[in-house]
This record gives sequence, structure tokens and C-alpha cells, in this order.
Amino acid sequence: MTDASHSMSHPRRLPARYERPSALAFLGYAAGVALILWSFAGAGFSLEKVISSPPRFADFLDRAFPPNLDPKVLSRLGWKMLETLQIAFAGAAAGVILAVPVALLAARGLIAPNWVNQVVRTGLGFIRAVPDIAWALVFVVAVGLGPFAGMLAIAIDTIGFCGRFFADDMEAADKGPSESLTATGARKLDVVACATIPAAMPAFISTSLFATEKAVRSSTILGLVGAGGIGIELKVGFDLFDYPTAMTVILMIAVVVISIEYLSGWARTKIIGEQR
Amino acid sequence: MTNSGLETLVVPGAQPDRAGADVFAPVLPVDLRVTGLTKSFSGTPIFKDVSFGLSRGEAVAIVGANGTGKSTLLRCLMGLIPADAGVIDVLGTDVGSARSAQLRSMRAQMGLVSQKHNLVPRLSVLSNVVQGLLGQKPGPRHWSQSFAPAASRQAALDALEKVGLAHLAERRADRLSGGQSQRVAIARALVGKPKILIADEPTASLDPAAGEDVMDVFFDLARREGVTVIFISHNIDHALRYGDRVLGLANGGMPLDARADGLSAEKLRGLYD
Repeated sequence: MTDASHSMSHPRRLPARYERPSALAFLGYAAGVALILWSFAGAGFSLEKVISSPPRFADFLDRAFPPNLDPKVLSRLGWKMLETLQIAFAGAAAGVILAVPVALLAARGLIAPNWVNQVVRTGLGFIRAVPDIAWALVFVVAVGLGPFAGMLAIAIDTIGFCGRFFADDMEAADKGPSESLTATGARKLDVVACATIPAAMPAFISTSLFATEKAVRSSTILGLVGAGGIGIELKVGFDLFDYPTAMTVILMIAVVVISIEYLSGWARTKIIGEQR
Repeated sequence: MTNSGLETLVVPGAQPDRAGADVFAPVLPVDLRVTGLTKSFSGTPIFKDVSFGLSRGEAVAIVGANGTGKSTLLRCLMGLIPADAGVIDVLGTDVGSARSAQLRSMRAQMGLVSQKHNLVPRLSVLSNVVQGLLGQKPGPRHWSQSFAPAASRQAALDALEKVGLAHLAERRADRLSGGQSQRVAIARALVGKPKILIADEPTASLDPAAGEDVMDVFFDLARREGVTVIFISHNIDHALRYGDRVLGLANGGMPLDARADGLSAEKLRGLYD
């Protein structure tokens, strides 16, 4: 039977707009909804509290505004914000640099055998699983109160983040240049340095800028556990019911974090856009 | 392992019953000998029991339809992928049993030009060519032209001069045209003065004019330097014009091994049917 005669004897019907889910898929959706409801219950969700909170929130805003713009306070907070940025940049820079050799060991098929890849990837997974505030607590115990503990927390967090993504970027890099250099008799390390890393460099830059943004956001709260930066001012502001000063801190953090995100986006376009 | 420099190949085609393969065969040192090569991927046979040899300075074209294993054969020759069975002897190295260091030493005497130029896009043209010396001179000094010794930089510039692109030495590789990129890839393959040059469809990604240009440059240099060449081409005219010998892959084997001057384009086209 030709296509034409087949079409004549069986007039074409429009397919259904929506596919009917299988019984298994239906059970899956139902389980998903049940999980979300169960989580809401566990999180103490209360409609009553949601409804009654706006007046309390308005009361907080009323007491927090206008923010404390006393020059002495602004100067003190400004220096603390500067320290926060120093913690973030130093930690991110150390983390990004140290993440490169770690990623080389984590990337499959580059320089290390499979079992090393697995061990390093598991280690990176552990680093990422522990929140940065917990790393800060650990380093406060290890090196004492102050910004150095914060910097170390940011650095280890950045190694976990960048190590994983750098490794994935190198695994996904174009294999052509690597094969051509391997064919000249080059050693694995030379091939990685000359072909794999340059091929993955745009992704490295993008990931590093994200890591820096993340570091700036993290560094603003590390002070809550004594690891330096402006976070301690936020804690003291709330503890002493000095809401105007706390509001100043919140606004400063918002301005700095949003500025860093814009700057990072601009740098990403500028560097990667031109170098791809 | 044998010392191929002492060995001679009287019959370039390993199968004397094939047309013309044993005619006018010079007595030359053998650079490469393949015996009973078999390769499959996940149980699917690619080719079986392939045998041939290459004399010093000979240019051999490999032709065949897609999927007949041409690129796989070249990768086996360089030890980039393992063969299932058979013996590959390249410049005195038994590829199947060689250790990593031996393979690297063998590859350092070879050059590869791929379908895609495979240059490192973010580096300069000169750095890309300097990196062609990494097999002979490993280490960070040859990662970039910036750190390279003067002699290596000069060798790279000379290689670029030979392909007519010395004036573009400082340009980034990703700012070149396709034809220019492939010329740089040829310079990178030649900078280490290889004994064997392997080219895997070097004109596949180029327009016909750029393709002719690249082939002319490639074979002009290869013949001038007395390099043994093995190249894949779907262009029958190229295979007959640039090859001294033509090897044809089809039906899981190598049914053709003949001198190019005794072959017709019609016969080669038969391999694609």
C-alpha cells in the first residue's frame, strides 16, 4: 500500500494535546506532591503566622528606618565591609588557584588513574556538603577568631565548588587539540597544560567569577560565628535591638553584593566574550 | 622490537597478488609494517587481517567509504587506540607491546594532521607550532613560545615560513581562516622533522581551492624533506595525484593495495559502491 492510499483509507487524526500519564508516572507525581506537603508540615508552615506577620514586619521596618547614617557608624561599618571584601577576594583567589591541581586529579582520563579521580571527587563532594558557616566554625576553633578563619572557610568552600566544576569543564573540553599533541609524543602533563586547560579556560573564568560572587555573599555572614567581616555588626545590631544600624548593614550588604554581581557579569562578558 | 633502519622492503604491498603492488618496487628501508591487523568496537568488526608496509619516503593514500575504518587504522598505527590482533611495527617500535615512554619516543618521530586543524584556539600561531616540539622536548619551556628557547622559536618560525605563514606568527589561532589553520597544523606536524607524516583527511573541512592549496603545500614539503606519508582522502583525484600507492579499505578488509600510476579513478570509485 502506498503512502497516499494508506492516507485515503485512514484519514489522519490530530494527536492528543496532552499525553495521558502511565500509572507509574501518576504514582510518581502523587508521591512528589505528598513529599512537598509533608515538608511544609515538617517546616512548621502556619497560615495564621503568615497572616499575622505583616504588622510585626511593618513594626520592624518602622523601628529600622531611617537607617543609622551617623558618620562614625558609617566609617566603622565601611571598614568592616572592606574587611569582608578582603576575606572574600583572598579566600576566592586562594581557592581558585588550589582548585586547579585538585581538579586535574579529579578529572577522568587526564593525568590520574580512575581510583584517584573517585577519591578526589568524593573529597570534593564532602567539602561541598559542609556549609561554609560550618567550615568557619571549624577554622575559628583551628586558628582563632578573626578574618583569617573566614578566609580559610571561603578558600575551602571555593575549592569544593571550583574543583568539581573545573574537573567537569576539562572533561568536556574539545579533545582534538589534545589528540594532536599526544600524537607528537607529548607527555600527559604537557598535553593538559597546552591543550586541555586552554580549551577549558573560558569555563574556568566563568566559574571563578561565580565563585567570587558566592564568596562575597558568604563572607557577609561569617562574622556571625566570629570569622571576621561585617556579619558581627549585623548580629550585634539585632542583639541590642539597634535596628537602624542593622538596617544600614543589610543595605550595605545588598549594595555590595548586587554591585559585585553586576561587575562579575560585565567581566564575564568582557573576558569570555572576547576570548572565545 | 626490530631495527627498521636495517630492514628493507622489496614489495611495498604486502600482498603480491594485488595489481601492480610489486612492480617497480624499490629496495628501501621500511618505516612501517602492519601484519594481520584486526580491530572491532564493542563486538562490531571494523577490519580484519589487514597487512601492508611503507618504505622510506613513500606516500600512501588510504581510501574507502565511511565506516570502513580508515581513521581507526591510523589511530592504531600511532598507538592512540589498541588493536585487537596483529603486529604494528613503526620505526622499529612494536606498537602493541610498547610502554608509554616508547610510544612517546615513536610518536616524537611522527607528525599528525587531522581533518580539523586541532590548533589550540586561544594561543598564538607560533605557540601552537612550538608545541609541536613537545614530544622531543617535554616540559614547561615548550608550553608557549614565550618560555621557549631561542632555537625552538626559530625552528617554529622556519616551519611557518615553509607554509608561507611566518607573517602571522603572532596572531591568535582562532583568528585564522580554515586554510591558514590547516597550514599551521602542517607546520606544527613538520617542526619536529618527523620521519612519518600522517594526515587524516586534511582537506575535509576546507573549500576545494583551499584544499588544493593545503595538499600542494603538504606534499611539496613532505617530498622535499623525504618524509614518509600516509594520508586518508575521499578525493580520488588527490589519492591518485599525491599517492605513490593506494590502499583501499572495504568490506572489513583491504582488498586494494596498488601503485597509483597503475590505477584508474573508476577502479577506486568501485570501493565506494
